[in-house]
Amino acid sequence: MLDSEALLELYRKMVGIRLFEDAAQRGFRKGRIGGYLHMYIGQEAVATGFLESYQEGDRIITAYRDHAHALLLGATPREVMAELYGKGTGLVKGKGGSMHLFDVDNGFYGGYGIVGGHIPLGVGMAYSAAYNKENSIVQLYLGDGAIHNGAFHEAANLAGLWGKDGLNPCLFVLENNQYGMGTSVERATANTNLGSKFDSYGIEWEQVDGMDIEAVINAARKASERVRESGKPYAIEALTYRIVPHGAADFLEKYRSKEEVKKWRERDPIGLLEKKLTDAGVEDETLEKIRAEAKEKADDAVTFAEESPEPDLSELTTDVYASDMHIADAG
Amino acid sequence: MAEVIMPKMGDAMEEGTLLKWLKNPGDEVAEGDPIAEIETDKVTLEIEAAESGFLTNTLVEEGDTVPIGTTVATIGGEDEVGKGAPESAKPVAEADEEPEEPAADAPAAEEAEAPAGDEPAEQPETAPVQVATAEQEASAEPVARADGERLRASPLVKRLASEHSIDLGQVNGSGPGGRIVKADIADFVSGKTPAPKAAAAATPQQEPAQAASAAKVPAEGASVEISKMKQRTGERMAESKRDIPHFYVSTVVDMSAALDFRKQSNASLEESGGKVSVNDLVVKATALALADNPTINRSYVNDQLLQHDSIDINIAVAVDGGLIAPFIPAADQKSLGAISRLAKDLGTRAREGGLKPNEYQGGTFTISNLGMFDVDEFIAVINPPQAAILAVASVREQPLVRDGRVVVGHQMKITLAADHRALDGAEVATFLQSVKHYLEHPMLLALS
Amino acid sequence: MPVKTYRDALRAAMAEEMQRDESVVLLGEDIGVYGGTHLVTNGLIDEFGPKRVIDTPISENGFTGAAIGMAMAGMKPVVEMMTWNFSFQAADQIIQNAAKLRYFSGGQVHVPLVIRGPNGGGVQLSAQHTHSLEGFYGHFPGLKVVSPVTPEDVKGMMLEAIRDPDPVIFLEAGALYGTKGEVPDGDYTVGFGKARVAREGADVTLVAYGRQVNMLLRVAEELAKEGVQAEVIDLRSIRPFDTETIIESVKKTNRAVVVQEQWRWFSVASEVAALIQEHAFDYLDAPVERVSGAEVPAPYARNLEVAAFPSEANILEAVQRVLYQESK
Repeated sequence: MLDSEALLELYRKMVGIRLFEDAAQRGFRKGRIGGYLHMYIGQEAVATGFLESYQEGDRIITAYRDHAHALLLGATPREVMAELYGKGTGLVKGKGGSMHLFDVDNGFYGGYGIVGGHIPLGVGMAYSAAYNKENSIVQLYLGDGAIHNGAFHEAANLAGLWGKDGLNPCLFVLENNQYGMGTSVERATANTNLGSKFDSYGIEWEQVDGMDIEAVINAARKASERVRESGKPYAIEALTYRIVPHGAADFLEKYRSKEEVKKWRERDPIGLLEKKLTDAGVEDETLEKIRAEAKEKADDAVTFAEESPEPDLSELTTDVYASDMHIADAG
Repeated sequence: MAEVIMPKMGDAMEEGTLLKWLKNPGDEVAEGDPIAEIETDKVTLEIEAAESGFLTNTLVEEGDTVPIGTTVATIGGEDEVGKGAPESAKPVAEADEEPEEPAADAPAAEEAEAPAGDEPAEQPETAPVQVATAEQEASAEPVARADGERLRASPLVKRLASEHSIDLGQVNGSGPGGRIVKADIADFVSGKTPAPKAAAAATPQQEPAQAASAAKVPAEGASVEISKMKQRTGERMAESKRDIPHFYVSTVVDMSAALDFRKQSNASLEESGGKVSVNDLVVKATALALADNPTINRSYVNDQLLQHDSIDINIAVAVDGGLIAPFIPAADQKSLGAISRLAKDLGTRAREGGLKPNEYQGGTFTISNLGMFDVDEFIAVINPPQAAILAVASVREQPLVRDGRVVVGHQMKITLAADHRALDGAEVATFLQSVKHYLEHPMLLALS
Repeated sequence: MPVKTYRDALRAAMAEEMQRDESVVLLGEDIGVYGGTHLVTNGLIDEFGPKRVIDTPISENGFTGAAIGMAMAGMKPVVEMMTWNFSFQAADQIIQNAAKLRYFSGGQVHVPLVIRGPNGGGVQLSAQHTHSLEGFYGHFPGLKVVSPVTPEDVKGMMLEAIRDPDPVIFLEAGALYGTKGEVPDGDYTVGFGKARVAREGADVTLVAYGRQVNMLLRVAEELAKEGVQAEVIDLRSIRPFDTETIIESVKKTNRAVVVQEQWRWFSVASEVAALIQEHAFDYLDAPVERVSGAEVPAPYARNLEVAAFPSEANILEAVQRVLYQESK
């Protein structure tokens, strides 16, 4: 059981994410953000909890619902919002957008648009960590939609296989938010016990209540230590829910009922933490203050993004190759 | 006898090397006995006897490399040892990876696309081109291209032609569709034959020869008043004839198609008024021909040759007291209808004396048409500083043979007078061909 | 200079670089214990051990992606596609990740990865095992694509590829593994982006990549008997591409025939033809000819397969057309 100080810090982090996402959603609805926008609203406890175990040198990789991970690892709200707005001051210079946030200096390796496609990358990074005896681990986040993809199975098989020799310190974090976009878990697989799919590959796993920040922190800490020490992969299925649609454009939500959403709102991780804090004697004002600060930060990020310039046109052709090679250069 | 062959032991294996004979001719072998060691590009292994008997012949030396399927040895009865061997295999040279390819009948490989738009043409008709009566020192014969055929030349040829001043109109193309290719002008380019020279200027003069030398005393006659305009015009004519080395090139145009076209156009123009005249057709045809042959659209002034960008055609109009030639600006850019309207307007106002100076002071090429006066042919005097003037005579009905039948042809002679300081016979002849071409394909006048 | 087979030269490149640089590892199916189906990696597991010569299960997407992850973390993996025909299973990783990671990470992530394997057909492996993928992979910005033909080039280009900070698609001419050639001793690389003039001539330019290059050399000898001197260009580097060498040649000869095993539509030869007409238009005496594989999946029967790919006869016909020497 964490003390109030620690819990308040967690609250600050989660509210920071929540209000950032709110601001981003508004920006999208105003047409300031293009393309796709996948919000982490409702899932904050998962990334926040797991990244409490982050140690310098670890590598984090996830799919496209990646704003929270980037922010928690140290990217500023300004940099992230500017990236969403497609500005030159963005985290990846405006060249990636919402789905491709990277902050390699802080251990964040992206940010991928193809469901399942990033999973083998994570397994490879874990191999490298062990091969180079870094004592680091990989936290590899994937969703319940990705677990049906061939890439997951091939990668998990490799992780389990290499893990036998201690060559895969990979912590799989299965963010099971019950839906692969519009398709519920029940409609996507005959074996709805998703975590059990790791059994096929010799990877041990457990389940955790992804709405309970403390439960997540505990499970994550134990798992990280174990993976770091053994070099063997491990998986945690975090049961969570996204209170918002799949992406900012998915507003009809034909695939689930309002009642269901309402039910999960009652388990909103921030709400649950607020209750804990209140029960522990923290004043409403304190919480209010934290929320106000978070809103300010988010608004500041929006202003920064609005006022930032677009990327210079010369950036169109940079970062294709290491040099500024063009296809028809000789030598 | 049974044959032992070099086996294929791998999917990419094309040949094998016989390393070592494990049995010799005369040895008894049982089925399955190894008889030789072979090496493929990957591994060394043994080949076995497929049946029992005696090794009767070895056909390949140790160290030889042979293609797979080659017979390397034979197995037979004891009495056959050393006899009747099939032809020994010849070792292949090292390195090449392909087996001999059986002759491929139909080429399956795709060929290049012909350049867009080029279809193999039928053999061009050998319609004789009406070349100027002037002599030419062209080294090639006039090209047998069908009337209306586009000149085809490879890009290389076009560049070489421009660099060496070769008139491609004089070159026969041996490529597809009559395309002129490098080989066709290789001689020109390598200097073996000179490029076609300019035509000599000799042209039979059509004007009655003047008895130049003897000053003659004029016969009796009453004085006729000459208007200022006529005086001035006369002076300019004299200057022109004096200073400009005129030469003349004629051609005959078959106007049948043009007359039909005019009839049809005028039928549909009836409501809007405004008919198209033969001269309108000539103006448009000349304008287009000038666009195709810009060197004709020039003036010679103070020993300098000026190339005009705009094609402004003067039409000589006989008026009371002389001759005036207002011009149609940018005639090549105007539709036939517009030319017709303008020409009518200018003509009317010329006769009324209502032309503004900027309507007749200028122009880059002049047409003088006496066709309405039952004239076979005539020569006009160049309108300085222009480099040329076109004289248009009447359309004459003549019997003509076409497709083996006698038909009524409509011939119209046109004669170009050109300033030899500015132009040469070849250019002029080409230009005239152009004019003729447009008139004989009148649809082009409406389309261009 | 020592003479080596293409296969041995290739193996030597990997072995030598693995000796120099511990971050170089190999992944692929049966490359270790089995020695590789084409014996390219034969013996390497004995020298470097299973952590560096990794036998993978049959999961191209998985192990190619894992190799990308290793490269992102700073290693230099060399992945074998048992044949490039299997690469379609890994196409998502190659195209969506390897080619683009540097770009959509704003330059934060690099992928110094080599993917290698036998490419091309001609040995009756049928439709699914027969492709020549220079045009396919050459299409994607972010990838480098090479197709070496000689043992000297394959070794030099493999060393260059492993040291290159960008992902390299290394297309080996499978039919040429056993061919021999001179290979320099010592450390050397062959840079990308420069074609090889395999034979000089002034009458016609012949261009190819992969096993068709040797076919062109044979055709050139035939032509020489008739007094036609062909210039044979081995493209060898597809992306980056050496336009200059081709244009210089066509400016000299005024005519070109491009030969490839792969299908004509939307192919490398089409690109070469477009480049020639763009840069040497005024030097062309004839249209550029493309001699390509028939527009069919590769058939099995030997005679059909031969008919499906360019033959010396096809090439000679094309040469005659550009020389306007066809028998009418």
